Amino acid sequence: MSVFSAHRKPPRVGDNPVFRRGLIGIVLVLVAFVIVAPLVIIGVEAFSKGWAVYRDTITHPDTQHAIMLTVLAALIAVPVNTAFGIAAAWAITKFDFWGRRFLLVVIEIPFSVSPIVAGVAYLFVYGLQGLFGPLLEAYDIKILFAVPGIIIASMFVTAPFVARELIPLMQAQGRDLEEAATSLGASGFRTFFAVTLPNVKWALLYGVILCNARVMGEFGAVSVVSGNIRGQTNTLPLHIELLYHDYQAAGAFASASILALIAVFTIIAKVALERQGAGRVRKQANTAEKAS
Amino acid sequence: MKIRLENVVKTFQTFRAVKDVSLDIESGELVALLGPSGSGKTTILRMVAGLEYSDGGHIYFGDQDATDIPVRDRGVGFVFQHYALFPHMTVADNIAFGMKVSKVKRDRAAIDSRVTDLLRLVRLEGLGDRFPAQISGGQRQRVALARALAVDPKVLLLDEPFGALDANVRRDLRRWLREIHSELGITTLFVTHDQEEALDLADRVVILKDGQIVQQGTPEEVCRDPQSAFVMKFLGDANVIAAEVRDGRAYAGEISVHAVGVADGRAELYTRPADLNWSTAGPGIAATIARVLDRPDGRRVLATTGSGEPLEFDVEPERVVKAGEQGFVTLRRAKVFAGG
Repeated sequence: MSVFSAHRKPPRVGDNPVFRRGLIGIVLVLVAFVIVAPLVIIGVEAFSKGWAVYRDTITHPDTQHAIMLTVLAALIAVPVNTAFGIAAAWAITKFDFWGRRFLLVVIEIPFSVSPIVAGVAYLFVYGLQGLFGPLLEAYDIKILFAVPGIIIASMFVTAPFVARELIPLMQAQGRDLEEAATSLGASGFRTFFAVTLPNVKWALLYGVILCNARVMGEFGAVSVVSGNIRGQTNTLPLHIELLYHDYQAAGAFASASILALIAVFTIIAKVALERQGAGRVRKQANTAEKAS
Repeated sequence: MKIRLENVVKTFQTFRAVKDVSLDIESGELVALLGPSGSGKTTILRMVAGLEYSDGGHIYFGDQDATDIPVRDRGVGFVFQHYALFPHMTVADNIAFGMKVSKVKRDRAAIDSRVTDLLRLVRLEGLGDRFPAQISGGQRQRVALARALAVDPKVLLLDEPFGALDANVRRDLRRWLREIHSELGITTLFVTHDQEEALDLADRVVILKDGQIVQQGTPEEVCRDPQSAFVMKFLGDANVIAAEVRDGRAYAGEISVHAVGVADGRAELYTRPADLNWSTAGPGIAATIARVLDRPDGRRVLATTGSGEPLEFDVEPERVVKAGEQGFVTLRRAKVFAGG
């Protein structure tokens, strides 16, 4: 700080030490109250009744089932949305076609619609009184209040994540590389795998991680379509709510600690992966900059 | 390979980028498409490459109608304005890419030896392991050329090949490209908005305006005999002097020049700065010097005529001229175009 103030520089906002320390103080207080305190409480409350209660909650069949269901939803929704996101971003940024702008808007819809609204909409489409309800019942296919409903709702909510990460980057990269590859005789698939994909892999990874985090944490839409049947259609976030309403605060916090742990691992994985390839990422960004 | 464009048309939405262009490029010829931005030159190049499809007309490669052959199978080498090197591949991998994806299978050793040959051709021996971000702009341009040549293209197409480089590198690369062309004898078409580049490099210059060819010919032909005011102005600095044509002569103040074949009436005299003489005594067009610009090869004088029109002319480096000086301008040669 003293190094900076020793030089004469044009005055900037925050040069006044009182003002600067005031701002930093406000940020620290806010972080403490909004981020740190809740995280600490999760840990403290989870173990408030001792390690045994924590272990019992985690190993309880209902909790185990909720974890399995959450993982299952992620295992299906994330790959599907990744494939969809790549395809959508590729189509939108590398080709011109009728309805391109419309597609761009459609991709945004899950972001702008409240998850509850999405859940209710599925209720009206696949529910017993809904559009396809009688048909589905006739063939004895259960979508709502069953695993397929949970997966569909999760997929809807997280559909834009990968595409949203890829589109701005691929737009900035332009079409020169693809055109160069095709002019050299590469097929569409070859161009995609050898040229397009390697240049967006970090953005793709970032999108996948965000998508995964959201699938595992999704509450609103899933709570409407799952029916909250303990040990059957309860995902981890729903399970937490259920435990909490049953006055099992310690159990709720224990389950919450799993979600918090997943979040921490997500962030560590992201940072580690970025660091591993950071040099090359910077190099690529550099060329992309110069090339554009 | 001989290339022929026949009444080629291209429209983007409602904008007619290329209007009915016909052009013959002889085998082994080096042709420049020269024009201001928006003249359709890049669109023509991309249509020859197959990166755009024409809305009308035909493009022939030799005797084969290539109009609908996709870029992948057209067998052209395309060098992009911003190189478009694959940033995640080394220089050697970039050059090898076309051979690796080719339908003609080559073994690893054959590819490697071809890459080495090409690196030597573009004078980048030893840089094969670098990434594009680790080499200079001029080197990237040469890698892009090597990559395009690696697939033995029937034609080489270059889009503003030296546009992003600084003046000295550009001049060197220009001469060098000319050498490569005479060595390989490959039919080459390149796009530029820089008249000096086109005249320096090309066997033949095709000048475009608003999606149409306005003139084509050898650099000598287009320089010595511009057919329109546009070509005259586009090829270099030009002075415009209002004139009056009567019976095959154009009159402007006290001077007059031949204007055979120009209709009587208002006309414009076009002259190059080097074609004007400056003297302190008349007859001539009276003018006042406004500013003198010193250049390595002489002095450029900006003057204003009595009627307020600007004139530019060159004088020898030794000549003493100063702003505010008055004198008279005479013409050594001029082109006269009707209208104005």
